[in-house]
Amino acid sequence: MSNHIVPVRVYLLVFGALMVLTTVTVVVAYFDFGVLNNVIMLGIAAVKATLVVLYFMHVRYGTQLIPIVVGSSVLWLLILLAFTLADYFTRGWMGAGSSWL
Amino acid sequence: MSAAELPATHYLNATHGLKSWLLTRDHKRIGLLYLLGVSFFFAIGGLFAALIRIELITPAGDVFQPDTYNRIFTTHGIMMVFFFLIPAIPAVLGNFLIPIMIGAKDLAFPRLNLLSWYIYMVGGAFSLYSLLHGGVDTGWTFYTPYSTAFSNTYVIATGLGIFINGFSGILTGINFIVTIHRMRAPGMTWFRLPLFVWGHYATSLIQVLGTPVLAITIVLLALERLFHLGIFDPARGGDPVLFQHLFWFYSHPAVYIMILPAMAVISEVIAAFARKRIFGYHFVAFASIGIAVLGFLVWGHHMFVSSQSVYAGTVFSVLTMLVAIPSAVKVFNWTATLFRGSVSFETPMVYAFCFLGLFAIGGLTGVFLGTLGLDVHVHDTYFVVAHFHYVMVGSTITAFLGGLHYWWPKIFGRMYSEFWGRLSAIVVFFGFNATFFPQFVAGYLGMPRRYHAYPEEFQALHVLSSGGSIVLGLGYLIPIVYLLYSIKWGKPAGDNPWGAIGLEWETTSPPPVENFAAPPVVEHEAYEYAERAERLGAAPTT
Repeated sequence: MSNHIVPVRVYLLVFGALMVLTTVTVVVAYFDFGVLNNVIMLGIAAVKATLVVLYFMHVRYGTQLIPIVVGSSVLWLLILLAFTLADYFTRGWMGAGSSWL
Repeated sequence: MSAAELPATHYLNATHGLKSWLLTRDHKRIGLLYLLGVSFFFAIGGLFAALIRIELITPAGDVFQPDTYNRIFTTHGIMMVFFFLIPAIPAVLGNFLIPIMIGAKDLAFPRLNLLSWYIYMVGGAFSLYSLLHGGVDTGWTFYTPYSTAFSNTYVIATGLGIFINGFSGILTGINFIVTIHRMRAPGMTWFRLPLFVWGHYATSLIQVLGTPVLAITIVLLALERLFHLGIFDPARGGDPVLFQHLFWFYSHPAVYIMILPAMAVISEVIAAFARKRIFGYHFVAFASIGIAVLGFLVWGHHMFVSSQSVYAGTVFSVLTMLVAIPSAVKVFNWTATLFRGSVSFETPMVYAFCFLGLFAIGGLTGVFLGTLGLDVHVHDTYFVVAHFHYVMVGSTITAFLGGLHYWWPKIFGRMYSEFWGRLSAIVVFFGFNATFFPQFVAGYLGMPRRYHAYPEEFQALHVLSSGGSIVLGLGYLIPIVYLLYSIKWGKPAGDNPWGAIGLEWETTSPPPVENFAAPPVVEHEAYEYAERAERLGAAPTT
């Protein structure tokens, strides 16, 4: 790993951001945004995870290879989710009333 | 070949005693430890294959009870897939050769490498114990809901063995990736790497990216079985087909963990015995990466007849066709390498030709099965069994044996009998086709897989298949005899018995503990046979 020394201030700022985002998560839980509920929750969680990976796990400070490794593991997770959901979301398209199956 | 002598000190005799082997950090010795391990599990898997073929000689299920038969084919599948085919080439030949081929002293993490072997052996022993102590009857695929709600066998214990073993593959993959990135000798650029190294790099990517998903799937299976969480249970909002998605996300790429190292071996052998640079080196290298990536996008072709949506099935079917492209690139480039090459037919090359024939059949029938409409007809029949045996057994084991024969003089410093070598390759080829080609026919006619009794009209094909399996078994036994004989009594091979190009042939046979007397510097491309011939003033090989 790199020997990059990160100022304590950065850690505190990131920690603060994570706390704020946690508060936002709790607050938005009291409102109903319809279909956007999950999108908002997962969006906030993704931002928080990104902050942790970039700053606390030092991915921002390593060589270029490290973001590639982290990015590809995320991409592979997305492949798993996307193709699996592609099955689930399209199952209903050909219901019992469908004439050619 | 000159009357060579073995070097006075090499990795085999540098230290002595059982402890020097069990605590070794030398990648070459760990490769040999793996050779013992995979051979043992191959023998177990082979024994259970023999039991299957004995039962199927007659239409009536007269040798084993149905439940016993289910346990037998499950044990055969689990032992062969997880404990032989997946580790065979990377852990034995990859371990031994990657550091030498890139001019390094060892892998990047030697202790981790030894740990991988111990994890592998513990996982294998665990699975074997539970398989023999009560067995599992789910098939190697552990499909839900049978495995979670109905099977009254040792599902979790066997799964735990596979779970443990997965870490061995992940650690080996990480070790190879880091080694190939960080340990290359001066001058060994990415595009001077032998294609063997490219193939193993692609394999390692799959192992690191895919195996964790298998581990998660096994944990979910165990939780579901123990606590009835409902992940795979429709009554509680779950879905059994979700298991198939997760399982095949790893297990389809696992097929490429088996075949990519096999292709890697074939690239080396064909270049060496055609005395030519591999035609389209860059294409073959990138085809490995292409197969590794595309291999992750096609798992749904195992699920055409599950409740998977037809739309998703269509997408998976189209993507499956794409994998045929890099596979075909490799086969055509090997063929083009042979064209106007100075081809000779030593044992490894005979195995390579067997590979080409068997892989062509296995690969093309894969295209049949990737076609959505046709797969509905032949799904879960012996056609599928024949197809994946052609790819996973016909191709991978043939390449493994070819590679073992090619590098055997490097590993032990002595030559085996060329006559027996060629003979066993030919016996394997005929035995294999006699065993598995009739299964294509039986499957197409409707013989389902995993049945211990069948209608009489299939008997001729099954007898043919069982008879072929005796020949095939013999073909696998002959090399054990003459290879073991050669370790003690074979003629010293010399540093480069094949006149091949590659760093592994520039060191002694067997290599010293540090692989090279002095750290090598690479100044040439891989497979520069034509240039070497010019340098030596010999006539061009074409």
